[in-house]
Amino acid sequence: MILRRILIANRGEIAVRIMRTCERLGIETVLAASDADLESVAARRADHVIRLGPSPASASYLNVPAVIAAARAAAVDALHPGYGFLSENADLAHACAAAGIVFIGPTPPQLAAVGDKLRARAYAVAAALPVLPGGDVSSLDAAAVLAAHVGYPVLIKAVGGGGGRGMRQVGSPEGLSEALDLAIAEAAAAFGDPRVYLERYVASGRHIEVQILGDGQAVVHLGTRDCSIQRRYQKLIEEAPAPKLPRAVREHMQDAAASFGRHLAYRGLGTVEFLYDCLREEFYFLEMNARIQVEHPVTEGICGLDLVECQIRVAEGRPLGFTQRDVRFDGHAIECRINAEDWVRDFRPSPGRVTRAIFAVGEGIRVDTHIEPGAEVPPYYDSLMAKVIAHGRDRTQALERLSGALARCEIEGVSSTLSLQEALVGSPGFAAGGVTTDYFRRFLEDRPAAEHIG
Amino acid sequence: MDLTDDDVRAILRLLETSPFSDLELETPEFRLTLHRTETGWTRESATSRPAHVLPRATAPELAEAVIPAQVSPTQALEPRSDVVDVRTPLPGTFYRAPKPGAPPFVELGTQVGADTVVGIVETMKLMNSVYAGIAGRVAEICLGDASFARQGAVLMRIAADRA
Repeated sequence: MILRRILIANRGEIAVRIMRTCERLGIETVLAASDADLESVAARRADHVIRLGPSPASASYLNVPAVIAAARAAAVDALHPGYGFLSENADLAHACAAAGIVFIGPTPPQLAAVGDKLRARAYAVAAALPVLPGGDVSSLDAAAVLAAHVGYPVLIKAVGGGGGRGMRQVGSPEGLSEALDLAIAEAAAAFGDPRVYLERYVASGRHIEVQILGDGQAVVHLGTRDCSIQRRYQKLIEEAPAPKLPRAVREHMQDAAASFGRHLAYRGLGTVEFLYDCLREEFYFLEMNARIQVEHPVTEGICGLDLVECQIRVAEGRPLGFTQRDVRFDGHAIECRINAEDWVRDFRPSPGRVTRAIFAVGEGIRVDTHIEPGAEVPPYYDSLMAKVIAHGRDRTQALERLSGALARCEIEGVSSTLSLQEALVGSPGFAAGGVTTDYFRRFLEDRPAAEHIG
Repeated sequence: MDLTDDDVRAILRLLETSPFSDLELETPEFRLTLHRTETGWTRESATSRPAHVLPRATAPELAEAVIPAQVSPTQALEPRSDVVDVRTPLPGTFYRAPKPGAPPFVELGTQVGADTVVGIVETMKLMNSVYAGIAGRVAEICLGDASFARQGAVLMRIAADRA
């Protein structure tokens, strides 16, 4: 079928991003907006807006019955869930099917399979992907035995979700009991699922992921992304392809991701996350994200595809229309997330009204944003204001363009991480490429206090 | 929607060879300001268009709207029947009921024929009946009772019966 009218069950920059593709494809958009977002830039750019519910996400963007009621009232053919919120929620996908609405994403069983991290781990093992030594822990005794077996330090993780919540690093047997309790409590609060599992902790690792795309039969990979610049498991900078990765490792990783997708007969866009152990030159499956990701533009930059269009085409029931051999990579792309945070004051959130918003334009520069003068950054949702993306023929040119672009951007009215990103992109470690996930912590510690200018 | 980065780059390629360092573009939809700095160009965008909010059905209608679908998932994946707009014949005030307090002409899901009256639009004290125009089921009510319908505004959408 051909989709003509799509409900965007999301907000912010990704809502605007989805609209761009819909507009190009001649698809009408209806934005499901909470009360706080009824006058947002996304709402004013959508063809129509439908009220989703009160401002708190639990009453709007996370409310499955409210989203379905909005979709029905708006008489849409399909629903795009964006990222975050209900994007990987099997109940929403089920409810869409029951309401005769196409869910632009994987099938409910696929969402369920990867949403449960332990099940995803079992699928990875079945698909012959390397995983870290570890497994599920049902009691403190079981955890102690397993931790002793894999060796400290270990990392306790939530079965029900990611993003750093419910995640605890444990250095020695003495700390295990307390960390386990905290992780279980956090996991229960964040995901409504107290189950946790345990894996060996890799001290010097890089977060490298592979974009995959499937039509339910064929699955291709769209290359690697390096997302090792993180703060508390939140990504700050992403790039494609992952720099300084041995060619054999890259190819093995890409093949492993595609093979994992084929094992699931995956339909839609997904990301297979790996931890790359730099010392051992080995990689391990971490988890799979069954949605479009914040950092998708760097992949679009190097492979020339519109990933939202790919999602829509696959959701329409069409085959991919190209094979792995048709996927060509060109150059390098880097993305910086610009958040409404006062990074000098421990990244304190900075909601409010934006008074000035100037972004760079130029060759190889792309800015995805929902911010313009007068825009509100509501206190209810995440702090992402813009993504500044630079593409170049190689990493050096991409970095050059990114530095220049960041220097030309200005946001006033709320605090932003622009100046932090300028400093990070200009730091020798990042410029050299291939840093590990502890780089950002060290970067902050090493900066003299005098340089902390917001 | 304002211009894409690609559109802007095309404009910049023209400007690069010109002596100009500022460009302002204004349409009813958006305003775009391009500015040349020593290190490159910047843009400032403003979306002028107001949000077009579809009025949500009132509470009882919503209750109807969330009745579990009576289609199986396989049927649901089949192409859906066409949805046809019912537009206001004239700009004016849209009423969903024949008089205040009376039950509405139609609700979400009401089965209608081509000549079923689905609402009234009042323009300069004149009441104009609005007809469904096609046989089907009311799939969406786009304007609230007593709200103003602009020229050509869509009042409702009818999911046409399959031929």
